[in-house]
Order: sequence, then C-alpha cells, then structure tokens
Amino acid sequence: MKNDKPLGQLLKEQGVSRRGFLKYCATLASLMALPPSMVPAIAEALENARRPSVIWLSFQECTGCTESLTRSHAPTLEGLLFDHISLDYHHTLQAASGQAAEAAREAAMAENKDKYLLVVDGSIPLDNPGYSTIAGISNLDMLEEVAEHAAAIIAVGTCAAYGGLPHASPNPTGAVSVTDIIKDKPIVNVPGCPPIPVVISGVLAHFLTFGRLPDLDHLGRPLAFYGNNIHDRCYRRPFYDRGLFAHSFDDEGAKKGWCLYNLGCKGPVTYNACATIKWNEGTSFPIEAGHGCLGCSEPDFWDLGGFYNALPESPVDISRLAAYGIVGGAAAGVASGLLNRQKKAQATATHETVNLSDLKREEKS
Amino acid sequence: MNSGELLFWVRGTGLSIAVVIFTFGMLVRLLEIFMLGRRRNLAELRSNGIGAGLRTLIMRSIPPDRNSMRRSMVTVVAGYGFHIGLLVVIFLLAPHIQLFESLFGFGWPAISTPLVDLFAVVALISLIVLLWHRLTHPVVRYLSTPEDYLVWAASFLPLLSGYLAYHHLWLPYEWLLVTHILSVEFMLILFPFTKLAHAFTLFIARWYTGVIAGERGVET
Amino acid sequence: MAVPVKPDSDRQCLQYHSKTVMGGCDSGNVEPLLHQIRHALQHLLSSGETTTIDLRGLPMAAGERERLLSFLGRGEVSVRLEALGRSDIVETGFSGVWLITHYDGDGEIMGRFIEITRIPGILETGTADLEDALASLQNKLEQH
Repeated sequence: MKNDKPLGQLLKEQGVSRRGFLKYCATLASLMALPPSMVPAIAEALENARRPSVIWLSFQECTGCTESLTRSHAPTLEGLLFDHISLDYHHTLQAASGQAAEAAREAAMAENKDKYLLVVDGSIPLDNPGYSTIAGISNLDMLEEVAEHAAAIIAVGTCAAYGGLPHASPNPTGAVSVTDIIKDKPIVNVPGCPPIPVVISGVLAHFLTFGRLPDLDHLGRPLAFYGNNIHDRCYRRPFYDRGLFAHSFDDEGAKKGWCLYNLGCKGPVTYNACATIKWNEGTSFPIEAGHGCLGCSEPDFWDLGGFYNALPESPVDISRLAAYGIVGGAAAGVASGLLNRQKKAQATATHETVNLSDLKREEKS
Repeated sequence: MNSGELLFWVRGTGLSIAVVIFTFGMLVRLLEIFMLGRRRNLAELRSNGIGAGLRTLIMRSIPPDRNSMRRSMVTVVAGYGFHIGLLVVIFLLAPHIQLFESLFGFGWPAISTPLVDLFAVVALISLIVLLWHRLTHPVVRYLSTPEDYLVWAASFLPLLSGYLAYHHLWLPYEWLLVTHILSVEFMLILFPFTKLAHAFTLFIARWYTGVIAGERGVET
Repeated sequence: MAVPVKPDSDRQCLQYHSKTVMGGCDSGNVEPLLHQIRHALQHLLSSGETTTIDLRGLPMAAGERERLLSFLGRGEVSVRLEALGRSDIVETGFSGVWLITHYDGDGEIMGRFIEITRIPGILETGTADLEDALASLQNKLEQH
C-alpha cells in the first residue's frame, strides 16, 4: 500500500504511454465539462498525483453502486482510474475478510491519516444500530470513526446521499444519509440508483487532479453531471412541447416514441446525466427504452407519488374531495339561502328601510 | 422538509384543502345568489328575455363601442390581454391538461408549450400595466381597496412562478414548482371570499341584466 | 401550428416542421462552430496560439455532425494512434484544422475534438519519451 510513486510513473509501469495518458486527460476534461485548454494542467496534476488511499464503506445497500462501477469494460476511464487508486478496503472487492480486513482498514487509516478518501454507499440506520453492523461495529460508529481523519467523503448512490430505499416511508430502520451524520467534512453526493459509472470516476478524477471536490449544487451534487434535469436534455422533449404523449405502454404513441409524461416520467424534476451520457457506455437510458424516468437521483424518489402516476397527478383522490365540497357547499348554500329569504320576508313584512349604514356595510365587503 | 416532501404535501394535502374550500365556498356563494331569486316583475312582459339574455352575455364579452374604448383603452386592452393569456395558460398547457384529466377523467389537446409561454408573457405584462393604471389613475386609486391589491397579487403569483419554473430561473426547479402550486392553492382559497368569484357570477349577472331589459322591451 | 423557436444553450433544439421525424431537429450550432474555427485560424496565424474545441459539449442533432464533417472534408494527413485504444488524428480539407477522435478499447467514441494548430500536441514526442528512447537505444547498442 505504498503511495509515494506518482500516478504518472505508475501508469508508465502499467504500460500506459505518454500519448495514452494525454488522451485519457483530454477525455476526462471533456467529461467533466472542463475547457480543453485545461488539459495540460490536468495532465501535469495527474502525473504528479500520489495515489490516494480510498476506504469504501458499505452500509445498508444493495451493492448496485459497486456493480455499476465495476461493470465497465477495460480499458475505459472508470477501469483505469479504479485500477490506480489504492482501494484499501471494500467488502465485495477485497480478498481479505473478517479480522484481516478490519486490520487492513485500520492500517490504511493510520498510514494515510487526514489524506484518505472515504467512499460510502448505503444508508445508515439510526433506530437500532444493530440493524446493520460490520464485524460487530455499527454503521454509525464506523462512519464516525473513519470520517474523522478522512480528507473528503463521497456519498455514492441515493441511499448514502439521501437515504434512498431504506428511507422510503415508513422508514423502518430510521435510515439517514451521510450528510445527516457528518457535518464537518467536505462531502459530495453522487446520487442515482445506481449512479452512472463515469460520474463516480469523474468525481474521483477531479479530486485527484485538483485536490478538492468539484462545484456542487444545492443538494451537494457535482454540477458537471447534475446541472441539468432529464426533461431539458431528453430527446423526446419536442413531443412534450407539442402535446404528443403515450397513454399506455403499448399504444400508438408509445410505439412512435412519444413523450412518457402521462406514464409517470419524473424527468422534469430529476437532475442527472442520463439523457446525455446515458448508460452502458452511451447505449441508452430508461426513456429511450420506453419507460419513464423514476427520478432515482432525487431525495425521496420512492415517495414521489408513484412511478406510474404523472407528475401533476395528486396522490390524493381530489375528485372525491371536490364532490364532498360540492355536496357540502350545496347544503350550506341552500340553508344560507333559506335563511336569507326568511330575513327578506321579515324585512318586507315589517317595512324595514335601507339606510346609510347598510350601504356602507355592503361597500366594505 | 426537503423539496420532494413539500411537493408531495402541496399536491396532496394542500390541494385537498384548497379544492374543498373552493368548491364549498363557491357553491354556498352561488346558491345564496340563486335562492334569493329575482324581484317579482308585476308588469306585463314585452318578451321572455331569453334572447336578450344571451345577446347581453355575448355583447358584454366582446370589446365595447369606439367611444367607450377610447375612454378606457388601457383597461380594455390590458384586461383582454390578461384574461385571454390566463385562460390559454390554464387550459391549453400540457401539464395542466394532465391535471384536469386526472381530476375529470377526460382531457383535450394542448397547444405547443413555447406558444403558451408567449401568452403567459402577455398576461404578465397586462397585469403589470393594470396595476400601474390602478396606482396612477386618481379615480381608480381612490376606489381601490386592499382586496383589489390582494387579488392582483393572487393572480400575478401563479403566472410568474409558472413562468420562472418553465424557464428554470432564480430558484431550483422543485422549489419553483412548489411555489407555483402553493400560489394556485392560495388563489383557489380566495375565490369564494373575494371578487375572484366574478369568474362564475359574471355569467349570472350579464344574463340577468339582459333578461330584465328584454322583459321591459329595452335594448341592451 | 408550426412556430420557430430560437434554441438556447439550456434546452435542446426546438424547431418545428409540419412533419418532424423523431429527434430530427436542428440545433443551429454548426454555423457558429465553423465561424469559431475561422476565428481560431486567424488567431493561429497572428499569434501562433492553438485552439481546441470540444465537440462533445455541443449538442448536435443527427445529421448535423455529418454535415459538419463533410463540410470540413479530409486533407493529406491521416494519423492512427494506438494508445489505450485507437485514436484518429486527421487534418481536414482546411490546413491547420485537425479532427481528433478518441476511441476506447471497445471501439466506443470517448472524445471528439477539433484542434486548430500546426501540429496537434498529442502527436509531438515528449522529452521524457526521448530520454527513455535514448537510454533504451544505448542499452541495446551496448548489448550488441
């Protein structure tokens, strides 16, 4: 786990030529939406970067985020980057287990104190720490212990970023996100269920190059990947704007590839790069495959009113309530009307006159 | 509370409260009007008034004669701009029609969103002109009450927040959506208690005016 | 009803024809891009500075990219680089305007750039590589 060789040298030893390295930097800059003029600076920074130690903690998660990252085919950016960080601790990917694994983690933490990167996937249960433990240590304790001397924290996946599926109503384990617990470290959220692989590696690469996390939005997500919502980048947007919608999954509109707004697409309120970067190295994304966006990079997307209910639809049965309102109003109206008629009849009978104060009173209302 | 939870509440509980108050209040208001009825006309009817009623409904919905136009040009032009713009935005925008479809069970075709955007801008500008007129014209200002300004704000906010949301200006999109829906709910709640009820009562009033005139054989 | 709308950088292209094929709309980005290249060439002549344009950042509809590439055409020089997958470095029909396409190991496009320069930076041999080559050559000659 020696980290004193710079990344450039390590790459050379792996057989990556200078030109290969430059190519890698150019595509990385492009991915991070950085201007091409920055490539020489990025190359220099990466060349001299020391491999950071990365400790990956998995809490209440499904391992989908790890799967997403490791499903990429080498040599791609993700594969390359992953090979060249020093992944000192990861349940699924490491060879060691049990005591040996925990010992490895502690050694890495001590050796790279205040310099290692902490990557977290999965939510942390607060109701009863016993709901999720590793080697007898609760998630909460482990997170706090490892976060204390971390340089920065990357919360990968919607579970770590916002609570995700465990956090969905009624949240039986009291699941919370990393930002709910750690308040004094730079944290970047990389949400998605799972996140697009290249987004994870893009954030890692940014940290390697600049020694800090990229620019974040109001929910802690890197703007380079989460700056636009799906709706604004969706290739089916012209259909939305012209009012051409699919109304069921096998109707004429669906076959013609019309907008899936009516079928519950949450594109308008979801910020992610699916519509531009897409999945499986640019193959496709859910809407292109004919299914509406689930909004999986947003907080509480499980409780956004149902995957197949259109956004404007109310989760409550408004029609029934409106019917009650009408019936109730009718009854009250009739009652009030009858009362008014009675007052009127009485006024006529007693020859009541209209005076100035009556007129003034009406003016006020 | 994050924006997702608030959006959920606004579309659920919030909308329920607004709709109940709106339907209940409007029914009470309308029934009160109908139940008081009309004063009995003891004179001989010159006509049954139906034709006159219909004619008045139409004649008072289109621009007035040239003289009246000239005297209140601002009100007429800006008034039409606002009302037409507002109605197009509410009833011909795709996501709104979606909402109505989920409420009534049927929808209708939408027009293209950028075109609706244009109408929204017309409505917003018209409202600003009308406010300026209300503040600068001495007579109108004298007659204005706090309710007038409140109702103006209640009409302006949904249009503005909708416009901002569509163009992703100023606040994050989810917050703009929340603001938009909340402002609409606010407007709905105000309906039965303010002059906003004219949206329904104007038809009654114009019809009634026409009928009375028709019964008396007077040209409307 | 067909209404032309000016595309802005924040939204995908929106221009309506009476028969719009799915996804077939113009972003209007090709002409400004060509002008940008023109300015870059001028800049290169006057100051010797290179300009690189990242094509990935520019939204282009299907067919627009083809139009752009066919407009630029192909020149005399075509270089294939094999490093972390294939890269094609081609001088277009306009001297000094180079088209660089990076592919990964599976042949998927990783990046596309237009570089306005005398020779793209990636082609030039670096000092470190020269030193390594010198050492290696000396070694091999000594072994003979």
